[in-house]
Amino acid sequence: MRRKYELIISAVLALVVILAALLYFSNANIDVLNPQGFIADKQRDLIVISVLLMLIVIIPVYIMLFTFGWKYRATNKKAKYTPNADSSVLAETIWWVVPIIIISILSVMIWTSSHDLDPSRPLSSDKKPINIQVVALQWKWLFIYPDQKIATVNYVRFPEKTPIKFDITSDAPMNSFWIPSLGGQIYAMSGMSTQLNLIASQTGSYRGSSANISGKGFSGMKFTARSTAQSDFDSWTKRVKSTGKPLSDGTYRALAQPSKNDPVSYYRLADNNLYDKVILKYVAPPSGMEGMDH
Amino acid sequence: MSQELAKQADDKTLFGFWVYILTDCVVFACLFATFAVLRFNTFGGPGAEELFSLPFVFVETMLLLTSSFVCGLAILAARAKNKKQTLILLAVTFVLGLAFVGMEISEFSNLVHEGNSWQRSAFLSSFFTLVGTHGLHITVGLVWILTMGWLIYRRGLERNIIRKLLLFSLFWHFLDIVWIFIFTIVYLLGATL
Amino acid sequence: MFGRLTVEALIHDPIVTGAQVTMVLGALFVIGLLFYTKRWKWLWKEWLTSLDPKKIGVMYIIVALIMLIRGFADAGMMRLQQALAAGDAHGFLTSDHFQQIFTAHGTIMIFFVAMGLMFGLINLVIPLQIGSRDVAFPFLNSVSFWLFVAGMILVNLSLVLGEMAATGWLAYPPLSELAYSPGVGVDYWIWSIQIAGIGSLLSGVNFLVTIIKMRAPGMTLMKMPLFTWSVLNAMLLVIFAFPILTVTLALLALDRTMGMHFFTSTAGGNPMMYINLIWAWGHPEVYILVLPAFGIFSEVVSTFTGKRLFGYKSMVFALCAIAVLSYLVWLHHFFTMGAGGNVNAFFGIMTAVIAVPTGVKVFNWLFTMRRGRIHFTSPMIWFFGFVTTFTIGGATGVLLSVPAIDFQVHNSLFLVAHFHNMIIGGVVFGYFAGLTYWFPKIFGFKLNERLGKYGAYSWIIGFLFAFIPLYILGLMGATRRLDHYDASIGWQGLFVVAGIGVMIIGVGVLFQVLQLVVSIRDRKKNIDTTGDPWDGRTLEWSTASPAPHYNFTITPEITSRDAWWEQKHSKVTETPKYRDIYMPKNSGMGLFIAAFSFLGSFAVIWHIWWLVPISVLAVIALVIYRTTNDDSEYRISAAKLAKLEEREVGT
Repeated sequence: MRRKYELIISAVLALVVILAALLYFSNANIDVLNPQGFIADKQRDLIVISVLLMLIVIIPVYIMLFTFGWKYRATNKKAKYTPNADSSVLAETIWWVVPIIIISILSVMIWTSSHDLDPSRPLSSDKKPINIQVVALQWKWLFIYPDQKIATVNYVRFPEKTPIKFDITSDAPMNSFWIPSLGGQIYAMSGMSTQLNLIASQTGSYRGSSANISGKGFSGMKFTARSTAQSDFDSWTKRVKSTGKPLSDGTYRALAQPSKNDPVSYYRLADNNLYDKVILKYVAPPSGMEGMDH
Repeated sequence: MSQELAKQADDKTLFGFWVYILTDCVVFACLFATFAVLRFNTFGGPGAEELFSLPFVFVETMLLLTSSFVCGLAILAARAKNKKQTLILLAVTFVLGLAFVGMEISEFSNLVHEGNSWQRSAFLSSFFTLVGTHGLHITVGLVWILTMGWLIYRRGLERNIIRKLLLFSLFWHFLDIVWIFIFTIVYLLGATL
Repeated sequence: MFGRLTVEALIHDPIVTGAQVTMVLGALFVIGLLFYTKRWKWLWKEWLTSLDPKKIGVMYIIVALIMLIRGFADAGMMRLQQALAAGDAHGFLTSDHFQQIFTAHGTIMIFFVAMGLMFGLINLVIPLQIGSRDVAFPFLNSVSFWLFVAGMILVNLSLVLGEMAATGWLAYPPLSELAYSPGVGVDYWIWSIQIAGIGSLLSGVNFLVTIIKMRAPGMTLMKMPLFTWSVLNAMLLVIFAFPILTVTLALLALDRTMGMHFFTSTAGGNPMMYINLIWAWGHPEVYILVLPAFGIFSEVVSTFTGKRLFGYKSMVFALCAIAVLSYLVWLHHFFTMGAGGNVNAFFGIMTAVIAVPTGVKVFNWLFTMRRGRIHFTSPMIWFFGFVTTFTIGGATGVLLSVPAIDFQVHNSLFLVAHFHNMIIGGVVFGYFAGLTYWFPKIFGFKLNERLGKYGAYSWIIGFLFAFIPLYILGLMGATRRLDHYDASIGWQGLFVVAGIGVMIIGVGVLFQVLQLVVSIRDRKKNIDTTGDPWDGRTLEWSTASPAPHYNFTITPEITSRDAWWEQKHSKVTETPKYRDIYMPKNSGMGLFIAAFSFLGSFAVIWHIWWLVPISVLAVIALVIYRTTNDDSEYRISAAKLAKLEEREVGT
């Protein structure tokens, strides 16, 4: 009996040690717990507070499970045995009321954070936000900078400490746009535009990807998000504008063809309404069809 | 089988059938919901106000309501153990139901011939599916009437058969109520909104 | 003639071919064995056409356990792929094959393992536990079972002929629409779970009526055992949830086969409607699975501590509360759709509220143990595994209920770890506990305890190794369903640990197989002559083991909760008064109805249009034939019953 428990406890300890060692030696970065921006920061805090709240329930459960299990084992004849005891108003009141209080606190948190951290809510800052339009394609990400008149594939760059307003749509099956270091994700859906407001608190390079299965090339739908100083960003946009290929209707159609693991590429925006056109394609019939029935 | 066991069988079968009707209610609720969501998604195609003719649908409604009423009379006749009358009333129910299905089929085929099939737009997909599912239920009901008629003709109004007839009438009235909703939500509101 | 079915449907890459050959050989082996031992007639008369819920239950469980092996093999392949495919290595699976595997894994585990085990256990236990001889509609029960089998065959057939969907287990459109998935995979997915789902719906109606209408006299609602209560709630959920699934799948099928536009991206279709509908079914489905497991643990804990269940009324109320709440939370599966603060907050709070009744249940179980005499049998080991793991899953569930947090971990491996935490730790552990607990009632002998415990320990430890790393990976930004990732991000080590975890679970599965083999070999040694091997409390333990096909010679009368416990300890013996009873005759119609449903579905999948009306007409004809035939029962006379009972006592 005892040997078995020793075995189990050592197995669990082994798991903890292995995981700790792996995390330490693999230089792994736990993105969500190591936030690089205001939104991710708040989301991390919420995780920590919720976990602490949950511990109020979890710890007593574990303690009771193992102490009761040990104390009232059948072989321990000294322990009290009350086969017909089946209720206690006090005890039951405690475990109805305490969780209700915890969940009430949590509910307040849910309510306020759902509004404060709503992805479509603009971030307050003294800097003017930068607009980036995102189109999920099969299977790559197209980033359009309507103000800078450039576009990129599988690479997005923005100035640090500046709010970024992403408008996101899809010209493909549904995807989800996620940069864990900066904050939570939002779906990319065809025929509509979702908003995601993020900000990077310093310069750095972060991993972004699609979080929703979108077909065969889904695993390759990842991109690098780079936050740089404002001046670096400005010179970068100028460079892209002068060296990038023009992104017109025709080049867009070629780009939208399914392809896997596309390299980073740069474009000069030739059609300012490209993003709207991509959305409109799904909302209304092509103009030829309209007159058909009238 | 003893009286008591037969009563128990009646009891659980009837209850079970009510539960089944409940599940069918959920089915129709989902279809109504999809219709409501897709109601205006005509994608450049015609909307409800251009497609539906209220007088036509009113006739359909009357047919179904009358058949439901006649079905009720058939149950009364069966309870009174009047075999001949039950059969005749069931036959009338059947004919009225058949006429309803016939009208629905002609409405559908007209729409398809005018190029407004279920492939035209999400609105039409949801229309055909909602109304068609009801029509399919009516068709099942028609087959059911035929088997009931045959059973009564062959075996008379036994307890088991009256129970089956009762289930059928529940089903038929239920479809009537669903139709009232379809009439109101799809056709009446469609013509006015 | 054969629609889009051509010889090419049989041709696959070597790995799939290996699976194909294994499956075909396995089927041939079983068929050969049946011929060799001349068991066809026995199989047909004793099992395939039986309407005895206990036999149907056993068949459900056999199918579910075989599917567990299949689903587990899929899991092993996924873990191996993800442990290998970092950087320049691309593993041993193509993206397409990998995506088919995880779709099959999810579909099979939920619809054919969890649902199968659940309905299996319900069939075995519910009539016995409520003191009934049968279910309300025995024939319908057989139809349900055979539809389940038909769905199971379809989903496995996709491996041999054609392909499985590569869309994930819920096949979100527009990916699952014709435009992006033109093959037969999604059609296989739709039709296999459509017919299995209709089977589940019919079972839901059946058991609801059974519990409401067929309880032994005296068993009022508040005297029902907790397992019965949990099943009652689960069946209510089935009745409201499964029609939604039926409609949703039908609409997707109409899109794909009739060119409709419910969920297409163009022509006014609305893919988000699908996601809403499927989760309006999907969330209650989770509770459909877990409530009976809660019921099982209530029975197990109370029996093996020799104590009345603590807080019966609280437990019942908690069950009902969970059942109601489970309908108000579906949107938490897609907070990231961007519905806005108010909507997200409402569904987030509703979700968090579910933690309250669930927590109350845990405390009640713990206090049932307090001042009891705990016997650490393998069902109790499963219970300990359940509380330790389920608590973690509950906590991460509360995290996910906060929309702002969900945005950061949605669709990541954190989410995957969370729901496996609930479904393995809650559902699977619960059902395994139930199987061990009720096994002697059905077969007349107990399972080997030592191997059972080894199995349980391996599962629990393996589970921790397999899923704790996934929590961490999720927080590191690893999304689910990846067949390849960069080597530089430091994920591989954790994926390897997770793979080791799955291997440990595999060892657990091996122990369970061994347990079954050894127990059957030693069945004489572990025989249960009393009918009450665990000193049980509820009615099923008052009859012989294995229970006779008519369950009870005399319908019991109930005066209290824990009816059998009270009866045992009251020492009042009455002389039995036997009465005639009626039992249903065997019928193969359920099997035939399911066979034609299978054929019809197969025809739609492959566009073999002429076969569709034939199958539909055949099903209608069979239903009419069966429902107009009232000669479906036979009588066992009181005298014969007395004689049977004497023989039972004599041995």
